[in-house]
Amino acid sequence: MTATLTQHAEGVRSPAEIRRSRVLAIVYLVLAVLVLVAFGFGSEGSATFVLSRPGDAIQVGSPTIPGSGLAFVVSAVLAFLGARQWMAGFGSRTNLVLAIGLGLVAFSFLAWAADGASFSLVGLLQEAMKRAVPITFGAVSGLLCERTGIINIGIEGMLLAGAFTGAIVGSTLGAAAGMIGAALVGGLLAVLLAVLTVKYRVDQIIAGVVINIFVLGLTSFYTSQFLVENPALNNAPIMRAFGIPILSDIPLIGPVLFDQNIFVYGMYVLVGVTSFALFRTKWGLRTRAVGEKPRAADTVGIHVFRMKYLNVIMGGLVAGFGGAYFTIGSVGRFDENMTAGRGFIGLAAMIFGRWHPVGAISAALVFGLADSLQVKLGILDTPIPSEFLAMAPYLVTIVVVAGLVGRSRPPSDYTAYVKE
Amino acid sequence: MTDQLTPSEVEPEPPEGSFFGDLTGSGRIDWRSNVLIPALAILSALIVGALIIALGDLDTLRLWRSSPGDALGVTVETVADAYGALFKGALGSVNAISETLTRAAPLILAGLAVAVGFQAGLFNIGANGQMLIGGMFALVIGFQFDLPIILHLPIAIIAAFIGGALWGAIPGYLRAKTGAHEVITTIMLNFVALRLVDYWLTIPFFQLEGRTDPVSKSVLESARYPELIAFINPRYRVHLGIVIAVLVAVGVWWLLFRSTIGFEFRAVGANPDGAKYAGMNVVLLYVAVMATAGGLAGLAGGDQVLGTLGRGTPGFVGVIGFDAIALALLGRSHPYGVVAAGLLFGGLSAGGQAMQATTDVGIDIVQVIQALIIVFIAAPALIKAIYRVRAEAESTQVSQGWAT
Amino acid sequence: MKLELKGITKRFPGVVANDHVDLEIETGEILCLLGENGAGKSTLMNILYGLYSADEGEILIDGEVQHFAGPGDAIAAGIGMVHQHFMLVPVFTVAENVVLGVEPTTTGGVLDINEAREDVRQISNQYNLAVDPDAVIEDLPVGIQQRVEIIKVLFRDAEILVFDEPTAVLTPQEVDEFFKIIDKLKDDGKGIIFITHKLKEVLEVADRIAVLRRGAVVGSADPATATESGLAEMMVGRPVDLKVDKSEADPKDVVLSVKNLTVTNLFGGTAVDDVSFEVRRNEIVGIAGVQGNGQTELVEALTGLREIAAGTVIIKGEDHTNSTPRQIHDSGVAHVPEDRQRSGLVLGFSLTENFVLDSYYQKPFSDGIKMDWKRSRSEAERLIEEFDVRTPSSEIPASNLSGGNQQKVIVAREFGRQVDLVIASQPTRGIDVGSIEFIHERIIEERDAGAAVLIVSTELDEVMALSDRILVMFDGKVVAETKPSETTNTELGLYMAGAS
Repeated sequence: MTATLTQHAEGVRSPAEIRRSRVLAIVYLVLAVLVLVAFGFGSEGSATFVLSRPGDAIQVGSPTIPGSGLAFVVSAVLAFLGARQWMAGFGSRTNLVLAIGLGLVAFSFLAWAADGASFSLVGLLQEAMKRAVPITFGAVSGLLCERTGIINIGIEGMLLAGAFTGAIVGSTLGAAAGMIGAALVGGLLAVLLAVLTVKYRVDQIIAGVVINIFVLGLTSFYTSQFLVENPALNNAPIMRAFGIPILSDIPLIGPVLFDQNIFVYGMYVLVGVTSFALFRTKWGLRTRAVGEKPRAADTVGIHVFRMKYLNVIMGGLVAGFGGAYFTIGSVGRFDENMTAGRGFIGLAAMIFGRWHPVGAISAALVFGLADSLQVKLGILDTPIPSEFLAMAPYLVTIVVVAGLVGRSRPPSDYTAYVKE
Repeated sequence: MTDQLTPSEVEPEPPEGSFFGDLTGSGRIDWRSNVLIPALAILSALIVGALIIALGDLDTLRLWRSSPGDALGVTVETVADAYGALFKGALGSVNAISETLTRAAPLILAGLAVAVGFQAGLFNIGANGQMLIGGMFALVIGFQFDLPIILHLPIAIIAAFIGGALWGAIPGYLRAKTGAHEVITTIMLNFVALRLVDYWLTIPFFQLEGRTDPVSKSVLESARYPELIAFINPRYRVHLGIVIAVLVAVGVWWLLFRSTIGFEFRAVGANPDGAKYAGMNVVLLYVAVMATAGGLAGLAGGDQVLGTLGRGTPGFVGVIGFDAIALALLGRSHPYGVVAAGLLFGGLSAGGQAMQATTDVGIDIVQVIQALIIVFIAAPALIKAIYRVRAEAESTQVSQGWAT
Repeated sequence: MKLELKGITKRFPGVVANDHVDLEIETGEILCLLGENGAGKSTLMNILYGLYSADEGEILIDGEVQHFAGPGDAIAAGIGMVHQHFMLVPVFTVAENVVLGVEPTTTGGVLDINEAREDVRQISNQYNLAVDPDAVIEDLPVGIQQRVEIIKVLFRDAEILVFDEPTAVLTPQEVDEFFKIIDKLKDDGKGIIFITHKLKEVLEVADRIAVLRRGAVVGSADPATATESGLAEMMVGRPVDLKVDKSEADPKDVVLSVKNLTVTNLFGGTAVDDVSFEVRRNEIVGIAGVQGNGQTELVEALTGLREIAAGTVIIKGEDHTNSTPRQIHDSGVAHVPEDRQRSGLVLGFSLTENFVLDSYYQKPFSDGIKMDWKRSRSEAERLIEEFDVRTPSSEIPASNLSGGNQQKVIVAREFGRQVDLVIASQPTRGIDVGSIEFIHERIIEERDAGAAVLIVSTELDEVMALSDRILVMFDGKVVAETKPSETTNTELGLYMAGAS
């Protein structure tokens, strides 16, 4: 079906568009009431946000913000946004406005949770950055595959396999070998995914789920089979944070962005390189052509299958390396199912980021923040049960996927390509 | 010459057939793809599983370097012991069979939950979460009310179904209304359900009095599944659950292949655009399919709570919901195939437990073998290539990407 | 350069697509390859282009045997192809599409898009194609997209250009422009293979004609002496009546009344813009227009598949604005959808299941809860008989049928019950002449039995042959209303291009 190309300018909004706008407006209003009631009347004192660490070269003051006052302001802003959304909508800026609105809610929430205490904002953001690492690697892995027309639901399994390999190889041969090993194992699983989906035309989702179950079973089996008895095999060196000279001295930004470990820096490099390569190089053009319209690529002599294999395997390498973060980059030891859904959250970040590496890392930071909030809030004495805080990243994922998938067009034709 | 078109004249897209075309229609049975290939897939999975067991034995791996002959002997012995124990634990005694049937019941029900989704083109990975919520619903009825068994048990079972159905309907609704892919939403809801159950088990309404660890009150006897052969030996745990599971499978078969709503389920699964064109309400159908699937999973959770366990504990369904995916694929999404696959997996589970108890091989290997079975099942071409079986070439396509 | 195909044979399961085909072409001439849908033209060209490999026979260029493992080899040998369904990446720019596969790069594989742009501009100027290298393909009309395909082929220095049904998507005026372009290409020393099933065009441009039927070359003709009816007979294998027989229309009461209908597309643009018309009993109204001018959305809105933003749809005096597809079906409307494989059929379902697809919930097929498969099957067998569907049984999947027979299944299902309004979209797209004739006859029978009929087709000849009244759609609006007896293809073509 060819969609009609004529785009009449402003004016007519489709009935579906209007409905969606109304729903969103109601969400704003509900949030406004919630913020007002829960945080506005629920806060008594003020929260102090700490912006520097004790050892930082340049110290910045720690602002103290009254929880209820902030909540009243935020609530008013939300009510305004809701009204505006109901009347006219925000057009192409809808997502951005929504993100800002949710950011305000989160800020107000923090002020309420840290009521009467001081809270290290720099610590929170630093943690968020770290926790964005596996999600970003997962998302970039996903988009490498998807840009070439393969859905990779197996990212979760690739991350887990990377974590496991990182632990064992890291414990025996050192951290560098652990990272390389983790990437290779991810690549190996990607070969399986590629063979199943490209050669045998297995449903892509089934193939990915198979990888997840297989890796979960295998790593659990080997963990109980020999890691438990040989703790020396499960004690990988942990990569330490190191500051980048000068940059790390910038207040707030320095410690958050430039005093991190190799995985965080690797994430920056990954996003930069893939962004450039996808949109500025011959390889990128061909990759996107194969994903968008494989037959068109085939008829100009591009080897469609070869491109798919290549990109899926690269995606596997990326996910495997990202998986090593869980062990080498974080705690050093492997636990059963320690990825806990991060691969799927990575997929959501990929969609939220509209299949662009920069979008993916931005979305991953949102998830990273949700993730780190539950850790940091555990320290504060909030009336919210910890189980509910632990649900937050999953709920955010559902909201993101539900809110955006229908409206963002995936860049690919996902049906198995059949060469004539 | 026939009137058929050459492939080039037909539109280039591969036909979006229903999931496993040969079984979903009017019951044509192709023994090759429905019996021989699954059997070969299981065999292949066991062989690869043996290799994995061998690799997990570090001491023997070291032995390979000094004395390969002995190492081979030890390896063969390890694998043979493990599989021997597995087999004995599954079928070797009345108790083994009782265990197999006990474990098969929730697997069959959860497998049906996945299979119904497949038939309707939806990939329900959320059976675990649906089981948890269904189980908790059954639990509340089970300990909170004191009724005669004739009322109490049926109400508890219905509650399990409703709980699962509600939890399952959420991703169905999200998929239909927003296009959110059910694979992601169901996985996320699994985690949410897990946390929710953790939380519930710590509040006084659920928690067993006098306990600090998360254990629920026990289901009253009047809401428990009666044990079937405990009169022979009280050790034999097999209960009414397996009977219910098989009856439900028959019901699901009728629903899918004999009822109008089943026709709608299969139509929306095979071609959502076609279903919409034919006047079916696709939004409602997605919700109905996922609610039905969730309800079936809820029954599986109910089986755990009202039957095998008698109470709720954290994550009381284990990984049954994931095993269910493998067994739905093995059973080719057909209710009777699911029953057969459920019995097999029940045997693997019971046998795996016995194997773990008597040998050095852990029960997690069962999950690995199950994943391998799906690899081989999902790629029939692979099996055909390995064993040179001739059968209709087919590819499994249930998903069409992210867009609705 | 001289290209020869010798003894090309290609078999697919159950069918010989090409049966010892011999063909030759030299640069500087236009060879027309004539054949109806399913005759094996596309298969033959896909073999030539390296997409298929032949079971027997060989391809020679200047007497040397060629082995094409893929399109890359064919391109390198100087063969270029413009496919019927354009092989362009919709989100890429013209320049990106043109260079795809042979990209100019600077160091490290970085794209040199400026050079690509310059090359496109140069070829575009040389042949007066007027294509902007920076335009995004999905924003371009099909006529321009076709020129992009031509630039793509020329950019690769093709000597022999193959055009597969190039005029199917064009207005008559665009067809004329296209003929000028290929004449210029011929004068520049290119060889052209022009694949079509349209007789008039063949006579207009060909230097030589080869006719393909059921996979074999059944004859050749000289355009100077050949006639349309002679070519038609050669193509189909029997005398063909090129005119549709029908009596004068006698329109009665209004069945479908559309007032000020406005429909938006997925992206919020206006697809159907303030359209009003009526269709009466015993009347066939045809809607002509280039694909993508709102016809699809119009039909979807009328049949309940797409939400109506403004205006009303009245069927038999009842308001059916935004009714569900089922309510519209139940009010006596038959709908033959535009895309039989995407929405008209469930390909994996048996014919029986497809025959009951939109009335399964009613008697006699079910009691609303339990399906009556026995009854459904006997009904299916009746329809197979009545509508001449060629199938071994009612229980095989619809995917096993040819396009023409699939379309007959849909027509049988929709016309098999009493209806007051027929809405048929592209009723004969891509099917063989026998099936076309059959379906046209059934549509006229429906009219004569008292139904109101609305036909939407991008085939101008079909609209002219079937309609009692013609509406032309352009850019979402009805821009003209006329009758076949009062207009010509040329005039309609102008309307289709937006003139009013």
